[in-house]
Amino acid sequence: MVLNNIERLLEKYENGETTLKEEQQLKHYFSQETVAPHLEMYKPMFAYFLVNQQEQFTKDIPLKRKRTNYKWIYVAAVAVLMLGFYFEAPIVNSYEEYAYGTYSNPEKALDEVTKSLAMISDHFNKGTSTVNYLNEVNKGTATLGYLNEIENTTSIIFKN
Amino acid sequence: MTQAEFLNIVMPFKDKVFRLAKRLLVSTEEAEDATQEVLLKLWNNKKKIQEYKNVEAFSMTMTKNFCFDKLKSKQAQNLKIVHSNYEDGNTPLQKQIELNDSVDWVSKIIEGLPEQQRMIIQLRDIEEYDFDEIAKMLDMNNTAVRVNLSRARKTIREKLTNTHSYGIK
Repeated sequence: MVLNNIERLLEKYENGETTLKEEQQLKHYFSQETVAPHLEMYKPMFAYFLVNQQEQFTKDIPLKRKRTNYKWIYVAAVAVLMLGFYFEAPIVNSYEEYAYGTYSNPEKALDEVTKSLAMISDHFNKGTSTVNYLNEVNKGTATLGYLNEIENTTSIIFKN
Repeated sequence: MTQAEFLNIVMPFKDKVFRLAKRLLVSTEEAEDATQEVLLKLWNNKKKIQEYKNVEAFSMTMTKNFCFDKLKSKQAQNLKIVHSNYEDGNTPLQKQIELNDSVDWVSKIIEGLPEQQRMIIQLRDIEEYDFDEIAKMLDMNNTAVRVNLSRARKTIREKLTNTHSYGIK
Protein backbone atom coordinates (compact mmCIF):
# COMPACT_ATOMS: atom_id res chain seq x y z
CA MET A 1 0.00 0.00 0.00
CA VAL A 2 2.69 2.47 1.10
CA LEU A 3 5.04 1.01 -1.47
CA ASN A 4 2.50 1.59 -4.22
CA ASN A 5 2.24 5.18 -3.22
CA ILE A 6 6.01 5.60 -3.19
CA GLU A 7 6.34 4.05 -6.63
CA ARG A 8 3.73 6.38 -8.00
CA LEU A 9 5.48 9.33 -6.41
CA LEU A 10 8.83 8.23 -7.82
CA GLU A 11 7.44 8.23 -11.31
CA LYS A 12 6.03 11.70 -10.85
CA TYR A 13 9.31 12.72 -9.30
CA GLU A 14 11.28 11.67 -12.33
CA ASN A 15 9.00 13.66 -14.57
CA GLY A 16 9.53 16.70 -12.42
CA GLU A 17 5.88 16.84 -11.44
CA THR A 18 6.03 16.29 -7.71
CA THR A 19 5.24 19.08 -5.31
CA LEU A 20 7.66 20.00 -2.55
CA LYS A 21 5.44 18.20 -0.07
CA GLU A 22 5.51 14.97 -2.03
CA GLU A 23 9.25 15.23 -2.32
CA GLN A 24 9.40 15.55 1.45
CA GLN A 25 7.48 12.28 1.68
CA LEU A 26 9.97 10.60 -0.61
CA LYS A 27 12.91 11.92 1.36
CA HIS A 28 11.33 10.74 4.53
CA TYR A 29 10.64 7.28 3.14
CA PHE A 30 14.19 6.82 1.86
CA SER A 31 15.78 7.99 5.06
CA GLN A 32 14.42 4.88 6.75
CA GLU A 33 16.67 1.97 7.51
CA THR A 34 14.85 -0.53 5.35
CA VAL A 35 13.65 0.25 1.89
CA ALA A 36 12.05 -2.06 -0.64
CA PRO A 37 14.92 -3.90 -2.34
CA HIS A 38 14.03 -2.86 -5.88
CA LEU A 39 14.12 0.79 -4.80
CA GLU A 40 17.43 0.47 -3.01
CA MET A 41 19.30 2.56 -5.60
CA TYR A 42 17.32 5.67 -4.77
CA LYS A 43 18.52 5.63 -1.21
CA PRO A 44 21.95 7.23 -1.67
CA MET A 45 20.43 9.95 -3.82
CA PHE A 46 18.02 11.14 -1.17
CA ALA A 47 20.61 10.65 1.53
CA TYR A 48 22.94 12.87 -0.43
CA PHE A 49 20.30 15.58 -0.72
CA LEU A 50 19.64 15.52 3.00
CA VAL A 51 23.30 15.64 3.95
CA ASN A 52 24.02 18.49 1.57
CA GLN A 53 21.24 20.57 3.05
CA GLN A 54 23.29 20.85 6.19
CA GLU A 55 26.48 22.22 4.79
CA GLN A 56 27.15 25.69 6.11
CA PHE A 57 29.14 28.71 5.23
CA THR A 58 31.53 29.18 8.11
CA LYS A 59 33.73 32.05 7.00
CA ASP A 60 32.97 35.53 8.28
CA ILE A 61 31.09 37.97 6.21
CA PRO A 62 33.43 40.77 5.23
CA LEU A 63 31.47 43.97 5.23
CA LYS A 64 34.40 46.30 5.19
CA ARG A 65 37.21 45.77 2.86
CA LYS A 66 40.30 47.86 2.79
CA ARG A 67 40.49 49.43 -0.56
CA THR A 68 43.10 52.05 -1.30
CA ASN A 69 41.57 55.19 -2.62
CA TYR A 70 43.00 55.38 -6.12
CA LYS A 71 41.38 58.74 -6.80
CA TRP A 72 43.97 60.57 -4.69
CA ILE A 73 46.84 58.74 -6.32
CA TYR A 74 45.79 60.22 -9.66
CA VAL A 75 45.68 63.69 -8.16
CA ALA A 76 49.14 63.29 -6.67
CA ALA A 77 50.56 61.99 -9.95
CA VAL A 78 49.19 64.93 -11.90
CA ALA A 79 50.52 67.36 -9.30
CA VAL A 80 54.02 65.88 -9.51
CA LEU A 81 53.90 66.00 -13.30
CA MET A 82 52.88 69.66 -13.32
CA LEU A 83 55.62 70.53 -10.85
CA GLY A 84 58.11 68.83 -13.12
CA PHE A 85 57.03 70.92 -16.10
CA TYR A 86 57.15 74.06 -14.04
CA PHE A 87 60.80 73.59 -13.04
CA GLU A 88 61.81 72.35 -16.45
CA ALA A 89 60.80 75.58 -18.21
CA PRO A 90 63.69 78.15 -18.39
CA ILE A 91 63.12 81.26 -16.40
CA VAL A 92 63.10 84.18 -18.83
CA ASN A 93 62.57 87.69 -17.58
CA SER A 94 61.98 89.62 -20.78
CA TYR A 95 61.72 89.21 -24.53
CA GLU A 96 65.04 91.07 -25.04
CA GLU A 97 66.85 88.58 -22.93
CA TYR A 98 65.20 85.73 -24.85
CA ALA A 99 66.15 87.19 -28.25
CA TYR A 100 69.71 88.53 -27.66
CA GLY A 101 70.94 86.50 -24.73
CA THR A 102 72.35 88.08 -21.62
CA TYR A 103 74.60 90.72 -23.29
CA SER A 104 73.26 94.22 -23.57
CA ASN A 105 76.11 95.53 -25.76
CA PRO A 106 76.23 93.87 -29.23
CA GLU A 107 80.01 94.51 -29.68
CA LYS A 108 80.81 92.84 -26.45
CA ALA A 109 78.65 89.95 -27.50
CA LEU A 110 80.54 89.63 -30.81
CA ASP A 111 83.78 89.69 -28.89
CA GLU A 112 82.67 86.88 -26.66
CA VAL A 113 81.46 84.81 -29.61
CA THR A 114 84.74 85.13 -31.52
CA LYS A 115 86.64 84.21 -28.38
CA SER A 116 84.71 81.08 -27.82
CA LEU A 117 84.80 80.13 -31.52
CA ALA A 118 88.57 80.56 -31.50
CA MET A 119 88.80 78.28 -28.53
CA ILE A 120 86.71 75.65 -30.35
CA SER A 121 88.88 75.79 -33.51
CA ASP A 122 92.04 75.61 -31.40
CA HIS A 123 90.88 72.40 -29.80
CA PHE A 124 89.73 71.12 -33.15
CA ASN A 125 93.18 71.65 -34.71
CA LYS A 126 94.79 69.80 -31.84
CA GLY A 127 92.58 66.89 -32.66
CA THR A 128 93.46 66.86 -36.39
CA SER A 129 97.23 67.15 -35.73
CA THR A 130 97.20 63.84 -33.89
CA VAL A 131 95.55 62.25 -36.88
CA ASN A 132 98.65 63.16 -38.98
CA TYR A 133 100.36 60.01 -37.78
CA LEU A 134 98.19 58.18 -40.24
CA ASN A 135 100.42 59.51 -43.05
CA GLU A 136 103.21 57.32 -41.69
CA VAL A 137 101.09 54.34 -42.46
CA ASN A 138 100.81 55.41 -46.08
CA LYS A 139 104.58 55.69 -46.28
CA GLY A 140 104.89 52.19 -44.90
CA THR A 141 102.63 50.73 -47.54
CA ALA A 142 104.64 52.53 -50.26
CA THR A 143 107.81 50.73 -49.12
CA LEU A 144 105.99 47.45 -49.37
CA GLY A 145 105.90 48.13 -53.14
CA TYR A 146 109.51 46.88 -53.20
CA LEU A 147 108.27 43.41 -52.55
CA ASN A 148 106.79 43.39 -56.04
CA GLU A 149 110.30 43.70 -57.39
CA ILE A 150 111.36 40.54 -55.56
CA GLU A 151 108.38 38.72 -56.96
CA ASN A 152 109.27 39.77 -60.48
CA THR A 153 112.80 38.43 -60.16
CA THR A 154 111.68 35.10 -58.65
CA SER A 155 109.16 34.61 -61.46
CA ILE A 156 111.95 35.12 -63.98
CA ILE A 157 114.06 32.48 -62.20
CA PHE A 158 111.28 29.94 -62.15
CA LYS A 159 110.56 30.44 -65.86
CA ASN A 160 114.07 29.43 -66.64
CA MET B 1 20.89 50.33 6.96
CA THR B 2 23.10 49.18 9.80
CA GLN B 3 25.31 46.13 9.75
CA ALA B 4 23.02 44.28 12.10
CA GLU B 5 20.01 44.83 9.90
CA PHE B 6 21.93 43.71 6.88
CA LEU B 7 23.12 40.57 8.64
CA ASN B 8 19.56 39.77 9.63
CA ILE B 9 18.54 39.84 6.01
CA VAL B 10 21.53 37.89 4.78
CA MET B 11 21.90 35.23 7.47
CA PRO B 12 19.00 33.01 6.44
CA PHE B 13 20.27 32.41 2.94
CA LYS B 14 24.04 32.75 3.11
CA ASP B 15 24.40 28.98 3.35
CA LYS B 16 22.27 28.54 0.27
CA VAL B 17 24.46 30.96 -1.63
CA PHE B 18 27.49 29.04 -0.51
CA ARG B 19 26.07 25.67 -1.48
CA LEU B 20 25.02 26.88 -4.91
CA ALA B 21 28.48 28.35 -5.45
CA LYS B 22 30.03 25.10 -4.37
CA ARG B 23 27.78 23.13 -6.69
CA LEU B 24 29.06 25.17 -9.60
CA LEU B 25 32.67 25.74 -8.62
CA VAL B 26 33.24 22.38 -6.87
CA SER B 27 36.08 23.58 -4.67
CA THR B 28 35.16 24.73 -1.17
CA GLU B 29 37.67 27.57 -1.12
CA GLU B 30 36.43 28.97 -4.40
CA ALA B 31 32.86 28.73 -3.15
CA GLU B 32 33.77 30.57 0.03
CA ASP B 33 35.41 33.34 -1.93
CA ALA B 34 32.42 33.56 -4.22
CA THR B 35 30.03 33.77 -1.27
CA GLN B 36 32.04 36.54 0.32
CA GLU B 37 32.15 38.39 -2.93
CA VAL B 38 28.40 38.13 -3.44
CA LEU B 39 27.63 39.25 0.10
CA LEU B 40 30.04 42.13 -0.22
CA LYS B 41 28.36 43.24 -3.42
CA LEU B 42 25.03 43.16 -1.64
CA TRP B 43 26.44 45.22 1.20
CA ASN B 44 27.87 47.79 -1.17
CA ASN B 45 24.47 48.13 -2.80
CA LYS B 46 22.62 48.14 0.49
CA LYS B 47 20.69 51.26 -0.41
CA LYS B 48 18.98 49.38 -3.19
CA ILE B 49 18.13 46.34 -1.09
CA GLN B 50 14.75 47.70 -0.08
CA GLU B 51 13.80 48.00 -3.71
CA TYR B 52 14.34 44.34 -4.41
CA LYS B 53 11.21 42.29 -4.05
CA ASN B 54 13.00 39.14 -3.08
CA VAL B 55 16.53 39.63 -1.83
CA GLU B 56 17.12 35.91 -1.56
CA ALA B 57 16.18 35.15 -5.14
CA PHE B 58 18.18 38.14 -6.27
CA SER B 59 21.24 36.91 -4.39
CA MET B 60 20.91 33.46 -5.88
CA THR B 61 20.84 34.96 -9.37
CA MET B 62 23.87 37.04 -8.48
CA THR B 63 25.66 33.94 -7.26
CA LYS B 64 24.87 32.08 -10.43
CA ASN B 65 26.15 34.89 -12.61
CA PHE B 66 29.22 35.37 -10.48
CA CYS B 67 30.11 31.68 -10.66
CA PHE B 68 29.59 31.60 -14.41
CA ASP B 69 31.91 34.57 -14.74
CA LYS B 70 34.45 32.77 -12.62
CA LEU B 71 34.22 29.62 -14.69
CA LYS B 72 34.56 31.56 -17.91
CA SER B 73 37.39 33.76 -16.71
CA LYS B 74 40.90 33.21 -17.94
CA GLN B 75 42.05 32.25 -14.51
CA ALA B 76 39.65 29.35 -14.38
CA GLN B 77 40.71 28.19 -17.82
CA ASN B 78 44.30 28.09 -16.75
CA LEU B 79 43.37 26.01 -13.75
CA LYS B 80 40.98 23.78 -15.57
CA ILE B 81 42.79 20.58 -14.70
CA VAL B 82 42.80 21.55 -11.07
CA HIS B 83 39.14 22.34 -11.22
CA SER B 84 37.98 19.08 -12.69
CA ASN B 85 40.33 17.03 -10.58
CA TYR B 86 39.42 18.76 -7.42
CA GLU B 87 38.69 16.49 -4.52
CA ASP B 88 37.24 18.09 -1.51
CA GLY B 89 38.62 16.16 1.41
CA ASN B 90 38.85 18.64 4.21
CA THR B 91 35.29 19.14 5.28
CA PRO B 92 34.27 16.90 8.11
CA LEU B 93 30.88 16.65 6.51
CA GLN B 94 32.29 15.06 3.42
CA LYS B 95 34.18 12.55 5.51
CA GLN B 96 31.10 11.73 7.41
CA ILE B 97 29.23 10.80 4.28
CA GLU B 98 32.17 9.02 2.72
CA LEU B 99 31.37 6.22 5.08
CA ASN B 100 28.55 5.58 2.77
CA ASP B 101 30.33 5.01 -0.48
CA SER B 102 27.32 5.15 -2.70
CA VAL B 103 26.49 8.62 -1.46
CA ASP B 104 29.86 9.59 -2.85
CA TRP B 105 28.83 8.21 -6.23
CA VAL B 106 25.82 10.47 -6.22
CA SER B 107 28.06 13.47 -5.77
CA LYS B 108 30.21 12.32 -8.67
CA ILE B 109 27.19 11.73 -10.86
CA ILE B 110 25.86 15.20 -10.11
CA GLU B 111 29.25 16.70 -10.84
CA GLY B 112 29.06 15.14 -14.29
CA LEU B 113 25.76 16.82 -15.13
CA PRO B 114 25.60 19.96 -17.26
CA GLU B 115 25.80 23.17 -15.24
CA GLN B 116 22.18 24.08 -15.66
CA GLN B 117 20.90 20.72 -14.50
CA ARG B 118 23.30 20.81 -11.59
CA MET B 119 21.93 24.15 -10.49
CA ILE B 120 18.36 23.03 -10.82
CA ILE B 121 18.96 19.86 -8.82
CA GLN B 122 20.68 21.97 -6.20
CA LEU B 123 17.88 24.51 -5.99
CA ARG B 124 15.05 22.03 -6.09
CA ASP B 125 16.16 18.88 -4.35
CA ILE B 126 18.55 20.36 -1.84
CA GLU B 127 17.32 23.88 -1.21
CA GLU B 128 13.68 23.02 -1.91
CA TYR B 129 12.62 26.12 -3.77
CA ASP B 130 9.43 26.01 -5.76
CA PHE B 131 9.47 26.11 -9.53
CA ASP B 132 8.48 29.75 -9.88
CA GLU B 133 11.34 30.85 -7.68
CA ILE B 134 13.83 28.71 -9.56
CA ALA B 135 12.56 30.00 -12.87
CA LYS B 136 13.07 33.55 -11.66
CA MET B 137 16.51 32.90 -10.24
CA LEU B 138 17.81 31.22 -13.36
CA ASP B 139 15.95 33.45 -15.76
CA MET B 140 14.24 30.51 -17.45
CA ASN B 141 10.61 29.61 -17.91
CA ASN B 142 8.77 27.20 -15.71
CA THR B 143 8.52 24.33 -18.17
CA ALA B 144 12.19 24.53 -19.09
CA VAL B 145 13.04 24.15 -15.41
CA ARG B 146 10.80 21.09 -15.14
CA VAL B 147 12.22 19.50 -18.26
CA ASN B 148 15.79 20.02 -17.09
CA LEU B 149 14.99 18.76 -13.63
CA SER B 150 13.36 15.66 -15.02
CA ARG B 151 16.36 14.97 -17.25
CA ALA B 152 18.75 15.41 -14.39
CA ARG B 153 16.78 13.14 -12.09
CA LYS B 154 16.51 10.46 -14.75
CA THR B 155 20.23 10.60 -15.44
CA ILE B 156 21.04 10.24 -11.78
CA ARG B 157 18.63 7.35 -11.39
CA GLU B 158 19.96 5.55 -14.48
CA LYS B 159 23.55 5.85 -13.38
CA LEU B 160 22.71 4.78 -9.87
CA THR B 161 20.82 1.76 -11.16
CA ASN B 162 23.83 0.80 -13.25
CA THR B 163 26.17 1.01 -10.29
CA HIS B 164 23.71 -0.73 -8.11
CA SER B 165 23.03 -3.70 -10.32
CA TYR B 166 26.41 -4.23 -11.99
CA GLY B 167 28.78 -2.66 -9.56
CA ILE B 168 30.19 -0.50 -12.31
CA LYS B 169 31.56 2.78 -11.13
